[in-house]
Amino acid sequence: MVRVDGGGNGSSLVRVRGLDKKYQRGSEEIHVLQGLNLDVDAGDFVAFMGPSGSGKTTLLNLLGGLDLPTAGTITVAGDEITHLSGSKLTHWRARHVGFVFQMYNLIPVLTAFQNVELPLLLTKLSKAERRQHVELALEVVGLKDRTHHYPRQLSGGQEQRVGIARAIVADPTFLLCDEPTGDLDRRSADEIMDLIDRLVREHNKTVLLVTHDPVAAERAHVVLHLNKGVLVEGQRVEEKAAVRS
Amino acid sequence: MKYSALILSNLFRKKIRTVLTIGSFAVALFLFGLLAVVRGAFNQGVEVAGTDRLVVINKVSIIQPLPVSYNERLLRIHGIKEVTHQNWFGGVYQDERNFFPQMAIDDDTFHTMYPEYVLPDDQWQAYMSDREGAVVGADLVKRFHWKLGDRIPIKGTIFQGTWDFNIRGIYHGKKVEDDTTQFWFHYKYLEERESQYWKGLVGWYTVKVDNPDDSVRVAKEIDETFSNSPWETKTDTEKAFATSFAKQAGNIQLLILSIGAVVFFTLLLVTGNTMAIAVRERVRDLAVLKAVGFSDVFVLVLVLAESVLIAAIGGALGLGFAKLLTRNGDPTHGMLPFFYLSPQTVVAGFAVTVAVGVVAGLLPALSAMNLNVVDALRRV
Repeated sequence: MVRVDGGGNGSSLVRVRGLDKKYQRGSEEIHVLQGLNLDVDAGDFVAFMGPSGSGKTTLLNLLGGLDLPTAGTITVAGDEITHLSGSKLTHWRARHVGFVFQMYNLIPVLTAFQNVELPLLLTKLSKAERRQHVELALEVVGLKDRTHHYPRQLSGGQEQRVGIARAIVADPTFLLCDEPTGDLDRRSADEIMDLIDRLVREHNKTVLLVTHDPVAAERAHVVLHLNKGVLVEGQRVEEKAAVRS
Repeated sequence: MKYSALILSNLFRKKIRTVLTIGSFAVALFLFGLLAVVRGAFNQGVEVAGTDRLVVINKVSIIQPLPVSYNERLLRIHGIKEVTHQNWFGGVYQDERNFFPQMAIDDDTFHTMYPEYVLPDDQWQAYMSDREGAVVGADLVKRFHWKLGDRIPIKGTIFQGTWDFNIRGIYHGKKVEDDTTQFWFHYKYLEERESQYWKGLVGWYTVKVDNPDDSVRVAKEIDETFSNSPWETKTDTEKAFATSFAKQAGNIQLLILSIGAVVFFTLLLVTGNTMAIAVRERVRDLAVLKAVGFSDVFVLVLVLAESVLIAAIGGALGLGFAKLLTRNGDPTHGMLPFFYLSPQTVVAGFAVTVAVGVVAGLLPALSAMNLNVVDALRRV
C-alpha cells in the first residue's frame, strides 16, 4: 500500500518522513523537496511523475542513498539510512538498491556478462556462483545469448536490459529506475516496461520509477505526482482498472 | 583476482594512448638502465675497492715512480700487514683500440694482496716458472679468444719495443663485478729489460692494513715517513683512489643523476596528465561503480592500479631492452670493462618505476575517489 500522507504503519518497506532537500545555487536557495512523506510496501510498483526540475531524480537519489537530505528521515527495511556515514551508505547500497539509469550507464569496455557481474564482485560468492547468478539475470531479461557482447554491439533496448540485469543480479531490496525508457523508441520502451512489470508480478520486486512517459507510468500500481516539492497521489491501479472497465 | 577484468579492460579503452604511455616508461627505463650501466662502469673500481687497502702514489702524480726500497720501509710502519707494488705498462695489442690494463706485478705479494682474483695453483706455478709468463683475466681471454700457452705480442708505448708474453694463467673474479680484464706479468722482467731507466722504480704501492678503522692514521704516517724526500708520497684508501680516478672523466655521477631526474620528472608529468585524462573520460563509469556499491577507496585503488600497471609494463620492457643491449658487455673495447646491468639496478629501476606510477596516478585517483556520484551521473 502506497501512502503519501505520513499515515502508514511501521511495516512499510520504504518509509519517508518530513523529507526536505535544499540546494544552494549561487546566492539562490532552491527548495526541491518540502516535508515529503511516503510509505511503500514490498512488491509495490510506484511511478513518480512531474515536470522537469520538480525533484523526481533528487527523490530517487535520496531513496537510493546517493545523496543526503537537508532534513527528514528515510527508513528502508528497518534501516534508517539518512544518518549513515559515507562508507556505510555505500555498503548499504550494494545490499539493498538496484539502479536502472536512463542512459543505461554500462561500462563500455566490459562485456554484458562482466557488467552484470559488477555488483556480485562485492559479495563473497565464488566465481562459479557468480556465473550462475549472472546467467540467470541475463536469462530473466532475455539476453542469455548476448553474454559476451560489448555494449557497443547491443541495441539501446538490449543495453537497458543488461542494465536491468545488473540491477537485479544481487537481488536487492528494491529497484530505482530513473527514466529507464527515456532514451528508447516506443517499441523498445514497451519491451522494457514489460520486463519491469514482469519483475514486479513474477519476482515480487519493489520498483520505484521516475518517468516523463505517461504510457510507462500507466504500468505502475500507483502514480505519484511531484509538484513544487510535494507528492500528490494519482490514480491507483484499482481505480485505473475501474476506469478502463 | 576477481577485479583483474575491471583493471585490465580499462587499459584497452584507448589502446594507442596506453601503448604510448607504456612506451614512455619503456624509453625512460631503457635510458635509466643504460645510464646506470655507464655510471657503474665508471665507478667499478670504487665498488670493488678493498676497505683494508691503501694506495701509495708519488705525490707529484701517479705517472711519477717511487723507489722499490720503500717496500721495506712501508712494512716497518705500525698497522701495515702487507705491501705489494705495480707498474703501469700501457702497451698496445695489435691495435690501439684494443685497450686493456697491463701491469707488472710483484709476484711474491700480489696474489695474497688481491684474494678476490682466483687462479688455479698449477697455472700460478707455470706463470712463476716462465720469465715471459703472463696471467690474464677471463674477460680478456673471451674477448680475444686466447688460450693457455698463446704467445701474445704487446707493443710498448711507455717502454719501447715489442714485448712477447706467454699466457700461463687465467684468473676469474670471485664476484661478477670484479675486474677480469687485466694482464699481469713479472715486475722482474720489466726491470731487467728496462734496467737503464726503471731499475729500482715501481709505479705505485698497495698496502694492506691490519684494521680498516686505522686507515687514516696509517695513510698519514706513510706520507709523513716519506715527506721531505725526493719521492714524496700521497696515500689514500683504495676507494678514494678509485673515486678520484673515476672523476678524471668529469662528474659522471652528477651528470647521470641530472639526466635521470629530468627524465623521470617529465615521465611523471606525462603519466599524471594521461591518467587525469583517463579518469575525466570515464567519470560516469566511476560514478556507476560507486552507485552500485564500490567504495571510494576501491575507486582510488582501481585508478592507482591502472597507473602502476602501465608503469610496471613499460618499466619491465625498458629494463628488458637495456639488459638485452648490455648482455654482450663492454662496447668500448676496454674503456668500460664493467659494462653490466646488475640485478640490483634492475630492482632499483623497477622500484622507481612503480613509485612514479603511484605518484602519477595519485592526483587522478584522489579526484576519482572524491567524485560526487549525483553530479557525475548528471553529466552527459
